[in-house]
Amino acid sequence: MPLLPPRWRLVLAVLLLVSIPIAAGVVWMGLTGIFDRVHGLVPVRPPSLDNWRFIWEGVGGRPPVHVPLLNSFVFAVVVAVIEVFVASMAAYAISRMSFPGRRFYLGLVLVLHAFPAVSLIIAIFYILRVMGLFDTLTGVILVKASLGLPLGIWLMKGFFDNLSWEMEMAALVDGMSRWTLFWKIAMPLVRPGLLALGTFSLLSAWGEFILPFTLIVSSNKALMSSYLQSFLTEAFTDFGIVAAVGLFYTLPVVALYLLGQRYLLNIYGGGVKG
Amino acid sequence: MKGIAVRLEGLSKYFGRVAALRTLDLDIHAGEMVAFLGPSGCGKTTTLLMVAGIYQPSSGAIYFGERRVEHLHPRDRDVGMVFQSYALYPHLTLLENIAFPLRLKRVPADEVAAKVRQTAELLGIGHVLERRPAHVSGGQQQRAALARALVKEPQVLLLDEPLSNLDAQIRLHARGEIRRLQQDIGVTSVLVTHDQAEALAMADRVAVFSVGELQQFASPDELYARPANTFVAGFVGHPPMNLIAGTFADGAFTAGPLRLTLPYRVPPGSGTLGMRPEDIALGGPIAGRVVLAETLGREVLVTVETGGATIKMLADSRPVGGAPIGIAVDPARLHLFDREGRRIVAQAA
Repeated sequence: MPLLPPRWRLVLAVLLLVSIPIAAGVVWMGLTGIFDRVHGLVPVRPPSLDNWRFIWEGVGGRPPVHVPLLNSFVFAVVVAVIEVFVASMAAYAISRMSFPGRRFYLGLVLVLHAFPAVSLIIAIFYILRVMGLFDTLTGVILVKASLGLPLGIWLMKGFFDNLSWEMEMAALVDGMSRWTLFWKIAMPLVRPGLLALGTFSLLSAWGEFILPFTLIVSSNKALMSSYLQSFLTEAFTDFGIVAAVGLFYTLPVVALYLLGQRYLLNIYGGGVKG
Repeated sequence: MKGIAVRLEGLSKYFGRVAALRTLDLDIHAGEMVAFLGPSGCGKTTTLLMVAGIYQPSSGAIYFGERRVEHLHPRDRDVGMVFQSYALYPHLTLLENIAFPLRLKRVPADEVAAKVRQTAELLGIGHVLERRPAHVSGGQQQRAALARALVKEPQVLLLDEPLSNLDAQIRLHARGEIRRLQQDIGVTSVLVTHDQAEALAMADRVAVFSVGELQQFASPDELYARPANTFVAGFVGHPPMNLIAGTFADGAFTAGPLRLTLPYRVPPGSGTLGMRPEDIALGGPIAGRVVLAETLGREVLVTVETGGATIKMLADSRPVGGAPIGIAVDPARLHLFDREGRRIVAQAA
């Protein structure tokens, strides 16, 4: 490996220093999850599987872990699918068609993207109650997907903007309708964007806490984040099990990052290549 | 496959308040190749896109034969089009690109395969059909785009600057090839180009556009010999025609000390005199001084400063720079334009 020039070594040192607290947190979670007891970052008892008992039994009256796991999985996948499809269709229309109010709509989407969603939580709670969607997975899915759409639309618009107009004209002359053109030409060409947005919304939905925590009360409909949180509110918090559940909750994300990082980078590159 | 006549009637296109094309009437014969020639922003591409069905005209009608088509979706017009960027679908192989229009028409698979193969062979890209556009040369992409336009045997072929992305050498070759192909299959074609050499070489007739208006629609020979106005005179021909502003009076044209006898009677007043560099000869009554001599290869383009105007002419040999020189022009080859720039035709005596 080539040595870094001195200036970069300094930068690297600073970055490492800043990262220590985060790294320490991860190390703590790992150690606490594995060992029976940990003082600071030093294990004082041998490793045990006791912290992981939530996998094979319901702990303290909670449903077994496969229930929130499955809920979270369904939640994340459905949210990602909705976001990808709705955002790409909206973005295509914004990028390619001229209709009254287009500029206003674009501005609105941008504002909504910057809007702190939590401030809407009371209103959302009320609306879901009225619609009969409170305490349902469907309700939270719709809310989460809607809140993610502004970013998704902007992201996809950037990808569609890069497509050549002449190619679309060629498609029309070749005999395609706007609809076939969208599915057979435009969508395959923004595949990197679709994958990026898909990965991004999947991760964001997987980690979502506030919405499911507020809008779902039944424990058998809870998501992983609420399930994890429930271990923190007991009179005596068992940090071993909290760490173990945390690790368990994090593993799919790590796996997805390893698989999807190439596409995620595209969000910031924002271009169609090849 | 036989082409049909295309007729444009009172066609215009406005983008907001900006006129891209003002009232255009044009008759294109069946099987003919017509070039739309003009500088960028002159309305030639706008017109082509209206014929293709991409743009809706603001007013006017388009006929394919007897069929009125301006309200039809492009797919119902039976046109093939080649774009400047070729606009091939990058995620498909050349084969899939060429097959696309046929598949959309729900042509049976074996027929698609046969037609694609046949068209590709005709254009000499049969051996690269399995590759994607990014993996073939510019010339092959251009042929693939042409094949995609021709494979559905359209009634009208539209070519939007199809050669401008090619290297100079391939361009000359492709020019002849497209023309030969077009004549072989007899498809009515419209070629949009800003390159006058391309238009004159390829087209049966050329429509010259400027700022949204048709200037002249004539055969290449006619365009060259009798330009309808100063715009066409200056745009068609290379090197461009000398255009000198001055006054017509008493059977002569005057611009400063420059005075030329006119071939026919002209109403007096200000106007423009045009003479092509190739119509001017060395040795003559017009006195001047050589200010620049550029070798073009076969000939030398000489810039001569006379008292009244700067005149460019073609000479066989390089004259001495700065030397006094006499030039002459055959009065019969002068082009006369009135104050508005319109050609003044000789009146029958």
